[in-house]
Amino acid sequence: MSQKTDTAPDASRTGIASQFRFDLNGLGMVFIIIALCIVFSWLNPNFYSGTNLRNVARQTAILGIVACGQTIVILSGGFDLSAGMVIGLISVTSSLIMIDHGLVIGCLSAIGIGLAIGAFNGIMIAKAGLPAFIATLAMYSAARGLALIISGGLPITDMPFEFGWIGAGQILTLPVPALISLMVFLLCSFLMVKTRFGRHVYAIGGNQDSALFSGINVDRVKILVWSLHGGLVGLAALVLTSRAVSAHATLGEGMELESIAATVIGGTALGRGRGSILNTFLGVVVMAILTNGLNLINVSSYYQMVAIGIIIATAVYVDQFKRVKS
Amino acid sequence: MSEHPLIELIDIHKAFGPVQALSGASLSIMPGEVVGLVGDNAAGKSTFMKVLTGVHQPDSGEIKVNGERVTFRDPGESRRTGIEMIYQNLALAPNLDVVANVFLGRELLRNPLSLPFLSVLDEKLMEHKTIELLQRLKINVKSVRLLVEKMSGGQQQAVAIARSVAFEAKLVIMDEPTAALAVKEVGKVLDIINNLRADGVSVIIISHRLQDIFNVADRIIVLQTGKTIATRKTKETTMDEIVKFIVGGVQPELSTIASGR
Repeated sequence: MSQKTDTAPDASRTGIASQFRFDLNGLGMVFIIIALCIVFSWLNPNFYSGTNLRNVARQTAILGIVACGQTIVILSGGFDLSAGMVIGLISVTSSLIMIDHGLVIGCLSAIGIGLAIGAFNGIMIAKAGLPAFIATLAMYSAARGLALIISGGLPITDMPFEFGWIGAGQILTLPVPALISLMVFLLCSFLMVKTRFGRHVYAIGGNQDSALFSGINVDRVKILVWSLHGGLVGLAALVLTSRAVSAHATLGEGMELESIAATVIGGTALGRGRGSILNTFLGVVVMAILTNGLNLINVSSYYQMVAIGIIIATAVYVDQFKRVKS
Repeated sequence: MSEHPLIELIDIHKAFGPVQALSGASLSIMPGEVVGLVGDNAAGKSTFMKVLTGVHQPDSGEIKVNGERVTFRDPGESRRTGIEMIYQNLALAPNLDVVANVFLGRELLRNPLSLPFLSVLDEKLMEHKTIELLQRLKINVKSVRLLVEKMSGGQQQAVAIARSVAFEAKLVIMDEPTAALAVKEVGKVLDIINNLRADGVSVIIISHRLQDIFNVADRIIVLQTGKTIATRKTKETTMDEIVKFIVGGVQPELSTIASGR
């Protein structure tokens, strides 16, 4: 294995390319995406129409925003089961606030409540020492209950008319949700690759003890990670509510699992600090194309769920296989 | 060699409740000296070193750095004096590359736009400094951008040592640095320790592998039930004698207890 260790002086052959670079894994994903596009276009020519692709982008944007936060949480060694229900809670509370206090305050409140819930998750995990599974399961239940209490289980529909633009509007023919999602991806990728914060998140995910020993304030970084994720969940709730033109307690149902699925399919591993935002972007695109393509060829959504399950297991298996081999 | 020892620990006592972990442990080390710290399990080696790194505070006894008395209230204070400890298995993040690990928690930043809160990692400078550091210590790695988990145990240990001396360390404490290594890798780690000595860095090495200690240490200090019972120059002792001290077959010598030298 290490017979070559002595041959090379420690010149860096790879330049500033690091473990975050666009690696073979990402390249493989790109091939899969191209292959999927070709197959679905062949099966149904409507697939590559501009209208359909814009639709896909609009539908997938919300998953993309949540998956970004979920990926950062997973890279730090946790995962969030509460995202879907928190979306519902934020959807109903911020809509009620919006009806009373106007568009801007309503939008800000969505992000603010998201930040607060995220910070609370982070404090439960970093300070109270609860496992992420338990803390976010508790939050899942509590958020769901609160959302139903506040809304009485009924949809809320009296939001200002202009609010619809966030979900349905477009800029230069590009859907607004997709543009928001793209900005979130770029920002998160920048944070994780270029900044000290991102480096510390990776370090905590890889070996929390060594991060602590290196003088990193692990608790603080973790609470920041969860708060950031919470803020993004708030943003996702806002876009989803606008798109649905009504708020509802169960609006984000299943989003927690979908976001974990997209992260894992992209190649980010649970609990080992390996992966990247770019990987998740590709994972989200694969899921979007697959869902849309299967819809277009009339495969029922029940079969789609089975397909996604098989793909998750396969993706992790392939990842582990590659790791053992290298 | 300078007149003062770099570090002196004199007659350290430390109890945890009813357990007297240290009762008269002493040690001194000169700049550029390598000292082997040996003793049976539970002889107090780890506690002794944790007093020096500021993890534990002694009940009595003195710590001197360059002849001046100091107290370490926490590990940060000890580290700022130039004392670094490499713990077993705790030193590195396996999912990061060599550069990221060397600078972990002390990343260098640049601010290309000169705007507040927009500092980014200065990868080029960190990479450059890492290469320089490894060359100085004569550590060979394929690439400083290699993930630590892709390296052998010996190379990981080398990176951990490099990381510990990256920031002006005067003394490096190594806890069992060769315990988990393949035989052919042990020699490389010992070479690095020799390079540190040549660089003027002092090293305290804790090890159960006496042959490693005899290979690299200038002096050997034996701890028994929390007390320094013997100090020997490596050249003037034998493995047999040290083993006898460790297992308690030889009575402690009064002179060594007093001076720790």
